[in-house]
Amino acid sequence: MSTVTSKPEASRDAVSAKDKWLRAYRQMVRIRHFEEQVNELYTRALMPGLAHLYSGEEAVAVGICEALRVDDYITSTHRGHGHCLAKGASPDRMFAELLGKEAGYCRGKGGSMHIADPATGNLGANAIVGGSVGIATGAAFASKRLGNNRVAVCFFGEGALGQGSLYEVMNLAQLWKLPVIYVCENNLYNEYTHFSETTAGTIVGRAAAFGIETAVVDGQDVRAVNAIATRLVQRARAGEGPAFLQADTYRYGGHHVGDINREYYRAKSEEQHWKTERDPIKLHGSWLIEQEHADTSALEGIATEARTEMESAVKFAIEAPYPSIDQVDEDVYA
Amino acid sequence: MPERELTFAQAVREALAEEMRRDSSVCIFGEDVAEAGTPFKVLSGLVEEFGAQRVLDTPISEAGFTGIGVGAAMTGLRPVVDIMFGDFLTLTMDQMVNQAAKAHYMSGGHWKVPMVIRTTLGATRRSAAQHSQSLHAWFSHVPGLKVVLPSTPYDAKGLLKTAIRDENPVIFFEDKMMYKLKGPVPAEDYTIPLGVADVKRKGDDITLVATSSMVQVALGAANILEREGISAEVVDPRTTWPLDEKTIIESAKKTSRVIVLDEGYGRYGVTAELAAVIAEGAFYDLDAPVKRMGAMHVPIPFSPPLEDVTVPTEETVTEAARRLCNKT
Repeated sequence: MSTVTSKPEASRDAVSAKDKWLRAYRQMVRIRHFEEQVNELYTRALMPGLAHLYSGEEAVAVGICEALRVDDYITSTHRGHGHCLAKGASPDRMFAELLGKEAGYCRGKGGSMHIADPATGNLGANAIVGGSVGIATGAAFASKRLGNNRVAVCFFGEGALGQGSLYEVMNLAQLWKLPVIYVCENNLYNEYTHFSETTAGTIVGRAAAFGIETAVVDGQDVRAVNAIATRLVQRARAGEGPAFLQADTYRYGGHHVGDINREYYRAKSEEQHWKTERDPIKLHGSWLIEQEHADTSALEGIATEARTEMESAVKFAIEAPYPSIDQVDEDVYA
Repeated sequence: MPERELTFAQAVREALAEEMRRDSSVCIFGEDVAEAGTPFKVLSGLVEEFGAQRVLDTPISEAGFTGIGVGAAMTGLRPVVDIMFGDFLTLTMDQMVNQAAKAHYMSGGHWKVPMVIRTTLGATRRSAAQHSQSLHAWFSHVPGLKVVLPSTPYDAKGLLKTAIRDENPVIFFEDKMMYKLKGPVPAEDYTIPLGVADVKRKGDDITLVATSSMVQVALGAANILEREGISAEVVDPRTTWPLDEKTIIESAKKTSRVIVLDEGYGRYGVTAELAAVIAEGAFYDLDAPVKRMGAMHVPIPFSPPLEDVTVPTEETVTEAARRLCNKT
């Protein structure tokens, strides 16, 4: 940080902090409400395919994307709605994509697991676990070569730690000092299997082996995530190379919406504990009230706004037309 | 003035150098591509001209650096990724098939992947089963990829320049036994469109549709056949996708007899596709079933006499042509 410029007034700092953390709250609430609508669409059989919900993990996507510029890159996963929204995607076009409509981000050709949007630097959600580690690292390579100072964030779940290509690209990212941040969202379960059954050693130890800067953060604490992300992004932008962030979090629902009977791999009491004691929205809401940045009714207002926004986005998507059949072989080649 | 001649390897290098001078977003990465210039010495001199920022040696991590190529291509560069032996393409399959081939379509046309994979094919180099395969059929099978198979130095330069300028992922297969083959190559800038076949030799009695390494074999067979009074036409598709079906079908209709030749495995391979295209497009003009000739359905053996019988030769092609023309 520069010490040459005069220190901003304390009151201005307070206002900007209040705005910043209210915005983070709003973003998390929007993601939660988006996913509730997805759940509804899926269970009412209005949504084709599979739905992998991000509920419970909102502080990770929001804490990180709030530390990024709009032209920074992200790659996302099959559980990607939260990343896309946090990076600035609009819910109406997202829902349209989820329903396979022409107004969707991918003109209906990608669906829930493939939302991509150049305008917000979203290189695409990826349905191959670990499939985007090369793409994110390549975007960081291009950023460095072209000198455009963009950072790439590669989101993946702890399940992707089993994929060898992750280690190939981390080695290269460190050798070439690329501005890429690998964000491992450890929601504890590789689909239906606890990560302790699939993961030898430690998670960050894998990145540390390459000499990559590592950090572990409470992924339910949006302010903690944002603070670390801000530091790692600044570092990457300054040419100091890649970083690996382990964000410990929890997936409230099943691997996908249809994964209802989960007792064989995790206890209901465990789910209940995370939902009541570790909910990122509740935790951050309480903090906002404590800090007098908001009162209960202000937070309720944010929730109402988010619900209305998502309801109208769903309505837009349901009413939107499907692509015409003649588009089926468009865009196979550029 | 006599035509300038270059080897196949020199033609590839010249195409790369010209495109790198023309467009600063073109860069090369792969194993031993910089000072070593690859084991085949195809890239010698490029790092000296363009520097280590544009010609980058990578670790032995084909999946990793191919994936980096995909991401870099999506975000403003035109990477030319070097996969030393075509056999190692197996290590890149997710990146090529699930990522590069689909990014444009899955994103509704928003993202593009203008990258080239340069790699090799071909047996008879005594390299055994993991360094001798011709796996281009796999990539020709996948929508979103283009597959280029140059057979002369002239084609190599013109097709590679087009591949680098293309907005899609293109796999460029070089026959490693052909690197020393000499042929005329203009010094000036020229490109050859993808999807346009080249009639390498005109003929009337039989068509030999041949790709890559098999083009020289077909031309050699055509010379022998000519002495025996059989006039063979040699058609080189030059790209398996896009495929110039029209030129192939027209030649088949004209001669009424066809052998399709490709160094990939015969079963479920390029020859099967070419034969089907001809059957669909020229069935009523054919006087004989289309004959397919490809690599024998075995892992390529090391022992020279064994390896030599796994691929079509001038002699086996000539013999097959005689039978097809009822002149045995």
